[in-house]
Amino acid sequence: MENRSESLKTERNEAWRSDLRKNIKAKDRTSLIRAKMNEVDANVRIKSYVEVNSGLTVEQAQQEAARCIDCANPTCINGCPVEINIPKFVKRIEQGEFLEAARVLKETSTLPAVCGRVCPQEKQCEANCFYTQKLKKEPVAIGYLERFAADYERESGQMSVPETATSNNIKIGVIGSGPAGLTFAGEMAKKGYSITVFEALHEIGGVLKYGIPEFRLPNDIVDVEIDNLRKMGVQFETNFVVGKTVSFDDLKEEGYKAFFAGSGAGLPRFMGIPGENYIGIQSSNEYLTRINLMHAAEQDTDTPVVSGKNVMVIGGGNTAMDSVRTAKRLGADRAMIVYRRGMDEMPARKEEIHHAIEEGVEFITLANPIEYFADEKGRVNKVKIQKMELGEPDASGRRRPVAIEGSEYLIEVSTVVVSVGVSPNPLIPDSLPELTTTKWGTIEVNEDTLQSSINTVFAGGDIVRGGATVILAMGDGRRAAQSMDNFLKKNEQ
Amino acid sequence: MYKIIEKTFFSENVVKFEIEAPRIAKARRAGHFVIVKIGKKGERFPLTIAGADRVKGTITLVVQKVGVSSRKLTALNVGDHITDLVGPLGQATHIDNKGTVLACGGGVGVAPLLPIVEAYKKAGNRVVTVIAARNKDLIILEDQIREYSDKLVIMTDDGSYGQKGLITDGMEQIIKDEDIAEAMIIGPAVMMKFASLTTKKHNIPTLASLNTIMVDGTGMCGACRITVAGKTKFVCVDGPEFNAHDVDFDEMLLRLGGYKEIEKEAETDYLKQCE
Repeated sequence: MENRSESLKTERNEAWRSDLRKNIKAKDRTSLIRAKMNEVDANVRIKSYVEVNSGLTVEQAQQEAARCIDCANPTCINGCPVEINIPKFVKRIEQGEFLEAARVLKETSTLPAVCGRVCPQEKQCEANCFYTQKLKKEPVAIGYLERFAADYERESGQMSVPETATSNNIKIGVIGSGPAGLTFAGEMAKKGYSITVFEALHEIGGVLKYGIPEFRLPNDIVDVEIDNLRKMGVQFETNFVVGKTVSFDDLKEEGYKAFFAGSGAGLPRFMGIPGENYIGIQSSNEYLTRINLMHAAEQDTDTPVVSGKNVMVIGGGNTAMDSVRTAKRLGADRAMIVYRRGMDEMPARKEEIHHAIEEGVEFITLANPIEYFADEKGRVNKVKIQKMELGEPDASGRRRPVAIEGSEYLIEVSTVVVSVGVSPNPLIPDSLPELTTTKWGTIEVNEDTLQSSINTVFAGGDIVRGGATVILAMGDGRRAAQSMDNFLKKNEQ
Repeated sequence: MYKIIEKTFFSENVVKFEIEAPRIAKARRAGHFVIVKIGKKGERFPLTIAGADRVKGTITLVVQKVGVSSRKLTALNVGDHITDLVGPLGQATHIDNKGTVLACGGGVGVAPLLPIVEAYKKAGNRVVTVIAARNKDLIILEDQIREYSDKLVIMTDDGSYGQKGLITDGMEQIIKDEDIAEAMIIGPAVMMKFASLTTKKHNIPTLASLNTIMVDGTGMCGACRITVAGKTKFVCVDGPEFNAHDVDFDEMLLRLGGYKEIEKEAETDYLKQCE
């Protein structure tokens, strides 16, 4: 920590940074208005999968970067799970050195174009910004700027590949190619390890591909970041379920010295209410996988999807928003969110909720489904909804929803998407019986080192956290890489 | 990519493939399945592994033409490649020496039944088997099944081969003469429903190997969910084998029909294209 703050100070005192600070008075900087993200109009965008946010222009980005007063103590960095050197990249943007800005991002983040789009910055870096903390003003739009720099670099055709140390020929296996695994792979490649990423599906990217829709995170952008990892020497194997296709023991025999498990929180949860297995009721994982990974909505693909005119999505998280907004794009007349708490308690990002409202999504809050009904073919056609009210706060600190007896009513539906969370996938724990898991089925790790009960297996992301965000998974990948490197070096001695 | 080494027609609509997949050939056990995808725009669908040759590094899959994807697969020839193939998935069959076991296979269900019959026999069981199909042409793998069965009864709906009657008629015959410790049933869902009712009547513990709609096959999507003893279970990670008497076959049958209309339409389009 001491070292970091020292080096931050040294960098801040470099001539270009001090000169830049002197160009505009702090008072003038703080009187600038925060940039608004450019968006495709709601009526236009719901007719296609076009990305909703279209990014900042060069002028907008430079002006927004000028709002940052380049604090002596940049608290924003503390809010970033991968510790991006935020003032440095922001000031590079103000300076007009956009490729340099991208290089700064890539020092610590493997997937900047992804993070710039899907990170909840309002709860992380931007929540720790001087503007938010001290001035009680809107924070510097760090997320928009991150996206700007990453996009600028990609579109420039001059993408830099992070430097990698000389190969040490130590083979490391990565299980799962989602944000945790990709970040881990990138960090370890930088340190000179030989990395192979094993992916169970036929495409690389995990939740970035099967989960997050095209209108929020285009697949092409994920592919560019994956290509960059390939250029750093990372190998990928698809259609490979570690523990099933090849056992851990066989992989060790093939020379793998250690593993990082970033296999995600696989199993979708259902509510266990009557009628939940009727046709037309599916998990958000299934619905989104059919659309995002299998491209079911395109004419020339073989995978079908059921998505009717009245689509109800159960849940209030980001995945629920992704599902309901997808339903709108698939032609739903009525796309509804049913959530048991109120609008204020919804765990989804404010931006996603706002976009959903703009797109005509209906929000039925303080409501909970308690039974499904079907036609003679077993297709769901009605949902019995029970009204709720908020009681005392529960363990999560949010007020507990309490059912109002006698308040039940019916809503007609043709499709229901259940988006009430996920449980950890049992595949890895099943194939490693000596691995310690928690009572929730997640892999138990040392909080600091992310090392599991088997000392050559490290783990991070949702297989440890149960269900979190892309950036927390990335933070885990980065931390696990550092501690595995320390561990392997110590063992060598 | 997974190369097709051998292709045999059991009948016009039922094809056996030997596919190069050395890792799966080594890791698979009786009861496991794979997910297959043909072409970049193909769908993912499950097939139970019907056998493997560790030395050659191949697995055996038996496919019946029933929709677009199975037609695309059966249109492939020796030397062609399967785009994506992942496995072995699911829980392997738990095999031990029970005494006498009854193995029942309907239609192409006989293919995944074969490795189980073999494993039962090798574990020291007396194995009595019933295989059934609509007609003589659809009876498959008779010789291979016979090799590991102490007794084999063949049933056809139309009486064109073996005895005339349903699989349950054959089962009743055997149950009358034998003291069955355990039964295993694999086949179309309707057949499994009635085969399960038959063994239930005689209090014979029974396993059914289920084949449902799947997308990923690793527990992620829940498309394959069924109700077992009142609880929702995922066929891909909890199965594919379950206590047959606890399975809600009616619900499973409904769910299997979930995409029937879309599938029928797609198949008609596909066949038109092929012409």
